[in-house]
Amino acid sequence: MTNTGFVFDVLIPVGKIVAVILYPMLMTIVMIWLERRVVALMQKRLGPNRVGFQGILQPFADAFKLFLKEDIMQDQADPLLFKVAPVLVMFSSLLAFCFVPLGEPIRIGTYQLTLWIAQSPVGLLLVLGLSSISVFGVIFGGWASNSKYPLMGALRSVVQILSYEIPIGLTVLSVVFFARSIDLVEIVNHQSQAKIWFGFMLPVSFVVFWISAIAETNRAPFDLPEAESELVAGYHTEYSGMKFAFFYIAEYAHMVLVSSLVVIMFFGGWLAPFPNVPAFAFLKVIPGFVWYLVKIMFFLYLYVWIRATLPRYRFDELIRLAWKWLIPLALLNFLVVALIRYIL
Amino acid sequence: MAILLFFLFAAFAVGSVLGMIISRNQAYSALFLVVAFASLGGLFGLLGAPFMAVVQIIIYAGAIMVLFIFVIMMIHLGEGISAEKKKWTIAAAVFMGIILLAEIVFAVKGAPAVPMAGQEMAGTSPTEIGRLLFTKYLYPFEITSILIIAALVGAVVLIKKREGE
Repeated sequence: MTNTGFVFDVLIPVGKIVAVILYPMLMTIVMIWLERRVVALMQKRLGPNRVGFQGILQPFADAFKLFLKEDIMQDQADPLLFKVAPVLVMFSSLLAFCFVPLGEPIRIGTYQLTLWIAQSPVGLLLVLGLSSISVFGVIFGGWASNSKYPLMGALRSVVQILSYEIPIGLTVLSVVFFARSIDLVEIVNHQSQAKIWFGFMLPVSFVVFWISAIAETNRAPFDLPEAESELVAGYHTEYSGMKFAFFYIAEYAHMVLVSSLVVIMFFGGWLAPFPNVPAFAFLKVIPGFVWYLVKIMFFLYLYVWIRATLPRYRFDELIRLAWKWLIPLALLNFLVVALIRYIL
Repeated sequence: MAILLFFLFAAFAVGSVLGMIISRNQAYSALFLVVAFASLGGLFGLLGAPFMAVVQIIIYAGAIMVLFIFVIMMIHLGEGISAEKKKWTIAAAVFMGIILLAEIVFAVKGAPAVPMAGQEMAGTSPTEIGRLLFTKYLYPFEITSILIIAALVGAVVLIKKREGE
């Protein structure tokens, strides 16, 4: 019995921790390949297709190159903050994954294996709070570089993220109204009981959240902080080697995190689709985390798709979109949802 | 375990606040303050008040400090204030510090017994806090929101004036 105790008390938690660190990294590798190939194909180019079959090994080659690169820090940079910034970004992105439920609990004999590290009664707020901590990495990275373009990129990114956090908060609230919980697992459970996903109940919330989420992750068409035609590479211009890789991985980890949030809040997390149609009941055989992965891959693909399709916004248009369109829309949506919830 | 974590968070909170005061570099001060807020959030979490912990991190560490740092980066404060003005600021700081200390002593004396770290603190769920805000503390809550709106309007007015000149 002591043997199984060791497995359940030590091996599984340690395994989960390793998995939570590896999962965003693996998704980053998949995303780098997917993004470069898909954008290339959409633009009638070939994209990287030399390293490995169809260029699958290209991300590994990129990572290898970054590992071997010299780590440069210019003399005028602030040495401590320059080093802290990439760590902050990475730390907050990885920590948030502890609270993201990847699937329903799996029963192994009497033991219940949960596919999340921590279930917190305020999980949703924790994830949002941690993503707001990652802003510090961006600001300090830009400021500590002590250089023109990184500073401007960082300033832009602060304004952008602060502006778009408001519609995110308001739309998240409308989901919380219906789920009556801020617990990510409870939100999914509620959708399973209600037999409808919140995305179909609250389409406006979903659209506003998704647009804001793209802006929050600094992705095209809202990638102003790193607009290469204006700002070289934005806040991480002066970074090289693995420090640059940290920013890069954290950006993709953040995308995976936001896609996970969208899936959990609006599209039923690990639930199988069509819960009401008896003909599709066989879909429930497929384990939950597969559905979760399929769903987040769709949203990650959507990220790439949008990037390849839409031109970049101008900065004042970006801020106008947030304050004059998304925030009023989110407020109105919030009022309507609150009224409906009150009447129901 | 809870006691150990308590001392860890407490040491971090006190240490980072000290660092914030001592540090000459404003960006470092801001970073120290973020660490202090985060460790305060950890303390709230240990008291069994996860909602308070998260709100502490989102509002103070996430929102307010980002604005602080934004201002620090926008206006380079340079060398700080001159020695002539410094006398006054020291006197004012001592005066305000004494008032703040008196307030804290007063508040701690009047406060109900706080549970030890690791124990549940009653009345900290989002539902209960929300209910209290809209019943018992309705007027303070509304007055605060008017105050915040006044500050917002004031900021807008200040900007408008500069554009007209």
